[in-house]
Amino acid sequence: MIPSDRMYTKSHEWAKIEGDVAIVGISHFAQEQLGDLTFVDLPRVGDQVSAGAEMGSVESVKAASELYSPVTGEVLEVNEELASAPEKVNQDPYGAGWMLKVKLTAAPEGLLDAAAYEQVAAASAH
Amino acid sequence: MKTIFKESVSGREGCWPQAPAADAATLLPKDMLRGAPADLPEVSELDVVRHFTRLSRKNFGVDGNFYPLGSCTMKYNPKFTETAAALPGFTRLHPLLPQLKGAGRFCQGALEVIHHLEQLLCEICGMAAFTLHPMAGAHGELTGAMIMAAYHRDKGRKRTKIICPDSAHGTNPASATIAGFEVVNIPSCDGIVDPAELAKVMSDDVAGMMMTCPNTLGLFEKHLPEIVSILRAKDALLYYDGANLNAILGKMRVGDAGFDVVHLNLHKTFATPHGGGGPGSGPVGVSEKLVPFLPISRVKKLEDGQYFLDYDQPKSIGYVAPFYGNFGVALKAYAYILRLGREGLTRASENAVLAANYLRKRLEKNLEVPYDRVCMHEFVASAVEQAKKGVRALDIAKALLDKGYHAPTVYFPLIVKEAIMVEPTETESKATMDQFVDDLIAILEQAESDPAAVQAAPVTLPVKRLDETAAARNMELTDDL
Amino acid sequence: MPFVPHTPEEIREMLAVIGVASVEDLFAEIAPEMRPKSFDLPSGKSEMEVLAHLERLAGKNVSGQVSFLGAGFYDHHVPAAVDALTSRGEFYTAYTPYQPEASQGTLQAIFEYQTAVSRLLGMACANASVYDGGTALFEAAMMAVRQTKRRKLVVCEGLNPIYRVMLGSYTANLDLEFVTVSHRQGRSDLAGLAQAVDDQTAAVLVQSPNFFGCLADYTALFQAARAKGAVSVVSAYPVLQSVLKTPGQMGADVAVAEGQSLGLPLSFGGPYLGIMTCTKEMIRQMPGRIVGRTKDLDGRTGYVLTLQAREQHIRRQKATSNICSNQALCALRALVHLCLLGEEGLKRTALLSVERAHYAAERLTALPGVELMNDAPFGNEFAVRLPVNAFEVVDALTARGYVPGFPLGRYYQGLENCLLVACTEKTGKEQIGILAEMLGGMLA
Repeated sequence: MIPSDRMYTKSHEWAKIEGDVAIVGISHFAQEQLGDLTFVDLPRVGDQVSAGAEMGSVESVKAASELYSPVTGEVLEVNEELASAPEKVNQDPYGAGWMLKVKLTAAPEGLLDAAAYEQVAAASAH
Repeated sequence: MKTIFKESVSGREGCWPQAPAADAATLLPKDMLRGAPADLPEVSELDVVRHFTRLSRKNFGVDGNFYPLGSCTMKYNPKFTETAAALPGFTRLHPLLPQLKGAGRFCQGALEVIHHLEQLLCEICGMAAFTLHPMAGAHGELTGAMIMAAYHRDKGRKRTKIICPDSAHGTNPASATIAGFEVVNIPSCDGIVDPAELAKVMSDDVAGMMMTCPNTLGLFEKHLPEIVSILRAKDALLYYDGANLNAILGKMRVGDAGFDVVHLNLHKTFATPHGGGGPGSGPVGVSEKLVPFLPISRVKKLEDGQYFLDYDQPKSIGYVAPFYGNFGVALKAYAYILRLGREGLTRASENAVLAANYLRKRLEKNLEVPYDRVCMHEFVASAVEQAKKGVRALDIAKALLDKGYHAPTVYFPLIVKEAIMVEPTETESKATMDQFVDDLIAILEQAESDPAAVQAAPVTLPVKRLDETAAARNMELTDDL
Repeated sequence: MPFVPHTPEEIREMLAVIGVASVEDLFAEIAPEMRPKSFDLPSGKSEMEVLAHLERLAGKNVSGQVSFLGAGFYDHHVPAAVDALTSRGEFYTAYTPYQPEASQGTLQAIFEYQTAVSRLLGMACANASVYDGGTALFEAAMMAVRQTKRRKLVVCEGLNPIYRVMLGSYTANLDLEFVTVSHRQGRSDLAGLAQAVDDQTAAVLVQSPNFFGCLADYTALFQAARAKGAVSVVSAYPVLQSVLKTPGQMGADVAVAEGQSLGLPLSFGGPYLGIMTCTKEMIRQMPGRIVGRTKDLDGRTGYVLTLQAREQHIRRQKATSNICSNQALCALRALVHLCLLGEEGLKRTALLSVERAHYAAERLTALPGVELMNDAPFGNEFAVRLPVNAFEVVDALTARGYVPGFPLGRYYQGLENCLLVACTEKTGKEQIGILAEMLGGMLA
């Protein structure tokens, strides 16, 4: 089930908007494709991120993938637990596997709702 | 088995030179001395010999096992080439000797080897000149990409793109990127490069294209003439990845076919040993118009028969190696080429292609072969049907290990799902191949009747399947103190 | 046909199974226009004939001179067991360990090699090797560029000039800026280097000892670099690291080395060994293969290639490097060599070399007009200024069976009278005496 309380990107990231802060992570589909994560490379607190631009990467044993920011703003907080426990992303991608919190400096645009993302994920599956 | 560090016993004597003077250390400034000891093992020579002998027994190698690794050409490594490369007249030569005034005369034999081998490679491939400097295949690719960049720069052009087919080996786009290019991938059609797809992305910004023939699916690139003309129309260059040369020796010369720059893998086609992951050697050949850009030095021959190093090549890309390449590896390939000669090299390809097609035919009822037509020196099968029932290419590979075979390449090329790429080479007997077929069919049958057994493989080796996730997460990269 | 086992009968059987009439039919897709225009190779020869030919060529090389040639590549004694162990077919005919269960020999050996070189250089971790010391230096520079996202590299002119040319060649198509800090009479200019490092610098690159043989403590320089957010890279000489302050002690981020002096023959330029070590923080930037320890399904200890997501076969154009092969067999030689020598053996090798070099310096500088280029401390290699052209000296003495050293004018302008002299544990005192006499004779 794809949570409907947040928005998604074509590159499988999600953004949960709470006022002028967005919580960001990757979808269940993404973590499933990657396999057991071994490393998560995130921006630092204070860094600027911009919608659609590369902001980091995730690695598993057999694959590595770029992370693209769904929103534009400044990084407020980063999930420190992922440094020692990247498997949290696999176990709970929408909850404990959150990656960063961004203070928005622009209104989010071009994001997909749960239904639209569901179609993207289905099409990407092989 | 313990690490050699855990075998250490304080005070144990190894293979030591004589003792220096007691005060030798005072020749070095006190504040420049090493602090804590290096904690290298204190073991005897017998300890070392036992340890590494036992370690060696945990390895598969061509000497002990059939190794049908696609794209690697694991043919037999002839022992006489080791003898040749170990001759002290070669191993003792300091590489700087020919760069000293007057000392070139002490290296004439070595310089002749380089010169002659380059000529032989030119004739084998139909290229105008070769360099032996690149120290591995990927290094050859980088060198080739740098030559392509230099060519266009010399013409005052700024071309930023290199095209690669989606079936290309990962080193191709990686090398192109390091040479400063942006990589554009094009999809294959029916397993080979589609000129229409190439035409779509062709522009004045394209420096060239990197491909191989036969390609990584073992299929002959029959649209090559059209591909060449599309590229030539824009003076873009065509690069040949020589990993699959073993299919076409004496049957096709890549220079004649229109390739401008070529790299070879001496540790594949020319039988030098893989060494567990190197050293290799990746000589690069070029067409006439690219000769000025080759790395320096070049070995040249004077009229009186003397060889010397020529550094006077103003358009050269510079140094890609500290000296003349992996000379010790090139020596082995040189010996191999002289041994086989014209007929031997041709027969090698003929039999490599014969063997691959034989295996393909023997296995086609049991394993899906997506491109089920005459292949060249390797073919790609797919375990997609078996995977539906829970036994994947990986499981089949592991089960083959239990039967004493090194598994074929799996999951490459990326465009075939559950890929199994098989390259027997010309040095395996029919009996070995027949046994392999029987054993593989037995595994596929077991995949139906007892999939769990296949999924648990290997069970007869020093270790079972290893937790690669834990390895990446825990990052234990050195022995603990 | 050598190495092809098939009999005509077997070939017939295989053709029948395939369903073609002849082997040529399998090449039908190669159109006549694509066939070779010529394939004028000599006919194949017997093993005996090929070996005779190569022995003749080997005999045309003269390598029995007494040599004081070093310049980064040294003639140390290699214990016989190194050849014996590394010529075992299970090691040298194995492939890259992509099927770890069948490659525990190679994998454990690489793990031990990583451990040995890390400890020798005083660093946290190492990769499985790259091609040679020059590519190791280039890869280290690229690690810094990726890590810092900066474009400027500060390079000491005392770094091996061959490696500096390689660095320039490799980076010609990348948008990088180089600042070279000149040597001062052969000494590395520590103050100049510190001054050149700013907050746009990706890395500072130095060598220990430097190309002229000079010893220097880079600790303060590395601290200064760290303060500016730049990466400290040092290229070291492994044998002397058994007695000298290590890159780790100096605070280096990346330490590379040419491993030839650890059990590899000079072999006219290769194959050699690019050693790469780094701090824990930089390990993800490390190119090439890395072996890690883990457990199997039954809890047994085993070894695997790890951190492969960085590599070309997964990341393709985003890889940390394009490197595929490394120098596994050379790394194995270095490991076996280090195990046979141990710390004590390597220290003795280093100190004997240092002893001989200091004796040579004494004898040579006693000659009229010959002086050390500078007063910096040195290890087993030093540079002297002669009152005559060094190339001529090399030419004359080499003809008499003594290679007196490397003429620095080959790579450094203005140093045409300067000679770089190296000694190892194989250099004899009498030989040094003869060298001094020969040189003295030329200067009289």
